[in-house]
Amino acid sequence: MLTRRVIPCLDTNAGRVVKGVRFHSLRDIGSPVELALEYQRQGADELVILDISATPQDRRTHVDLVSAMRRSLSIPLCVGGGVREVEDAQRLLEAGADKVAVNSAAVLRPELITELADKFGSQCIVVAIDAAGGAGSWSVVTHSGSAPTALNAIAWATAANQHGAGEILLTSIDRDGTRDGYDLPLTSAVVAAVHCPVIASGGASTPQHLADALAAGADAVLAASMFHDRNYSIADVKALLTSRGFEVRP
Amino acid sequence: MSTVTIVRTGAANLASVAAAVERCTGAPPEITSSVRSILSAERLILPGVGAFGAAMASLTSNQLVEPLRDRLRSQRPTLAICLGLQLLATTSDESPGVRGLGIIDVPVKRFGTTQRVPQMGWNSVTSDPGFEPRINGHVYFANSYRLEECPEGWQAAWSDYGGRFIAAIRRGSVVACQFHPELSGQLGERLLRSWLTQPVSGALAC
Repeated sequence: MLTRRVIPCLDTNAGRVVKGVRFHSLRDIGSPVELALEYQRQGADELVILDISATPQDRRTHVDLVSAMRRSLSIPLCVGGGVREVEDAQRLLEAGADKVAVNSAAVLRPELITELADKFGSQCIVVAIDAAGGAGSWSVVTHSGSAPTALNAIAWATAANQHGAGEILLTSIDRDGTRDGYDLPLTSAVVAAVHCPVIASGGASTPQHLADALAAGADAVLAASMFHDRNYSIADVKALLTSRGFEVRP
Repeated sequence: MSTVTIVRTGAANLASVAAAVERCTGAPPEITSSVRSILSAERLILPGVGAFGAAMASLTSNQLVEPLRDRLRSQRPTLAICLGLQLLATTSDESPGVRGLGIIDVPVKRFGTTQRVPQMGWNSVTSDPGFEPRINGHVYFANSYRLEECPEGWQAAWSDYGGRFIAAIRRGSVVACQFHPELSGQLGERLLRSWLTQPVSGALAC
């Protein structure tokens, strides 16, 4: 049986792991390679690394970082941040990414998803969607949470899947960093709208929050602060999920 | 351990495969699309990410189709991964009309509509008696297509996603995995190590 995945997320800026609240107030967390190895050891099913820096120089640092991580990681690595064209994805894949996440550039030009899927296969292309707003009227926010759009988040998820997305990484901007738990209605709505797997993200602070997102239909759950702050280990989370009846990799 | 060669298939997660090999052998593998290297390779890995048709077009344009067929038919040590396994077939739902390497006579089909596609994540695998090394545990899959039957003359390991499907097949020193051993943690590394350390000479009886 296919198990549900627990995915720690590393946001990086200039070669360091950082974490913000609602995408702001960044604080330093530590070394990306060390953290990645620690999460692998704890039983992480996959890692997501998002480059939230803005300068071209930092982007190059990020590619080097992916190579460094790859040398010791034997679990899948999804990498995002600043992917605007096929060449950007190619560079990350060559450095050691297994999947590439696209966000703002795909909103501006949805054909990018198709170009990437045609070249690398859908299973390689994750469309990250940052959504904000109340139940039933979620809209897409781009550029690391700074640029609201009029695009309906559910409609965009459907379109992204049709364009060739192999997975949706769904983040609630309103919940990100708040520790209040995932936006469950948003998660359920996107799960119902697409045929590909959905990763829930934004707001988790307890293992029960992760169980709630899986119950809402998510195929995988992503969290950052609760692991970075060592409030829980991946093993703690998996023990709770198992006790709630979810299949996870031991 | 002997030298390892990885076929450059255009678009694949070559870095992950290469890193996993280096963790096992201590030396970086050769990554190449040269016919000569592929003919002479002691151990060859055929990775695969992308589409069936595009991968066959890439092998064809590099004149690798016949060298690979020869190698696979004579059961020289070859490890095919994910799409690499599917390329051993003759046809795939993914690219109708495109002919694969034609080593196995089982069609590649898309998962049913009741399942989320791609299958993404860790699924449990059980190997048939006689499949060595035994695989019993979770490995990482990322695929929309799969084989539903074991080809004649091969041994199989199985998984389930809306029905039983082939997780891996083996004949002599040819191993083909639908999952990604390079991304399957300690179990994947153990499988890779087992293939990398089996005697090369035992492979030539055909």
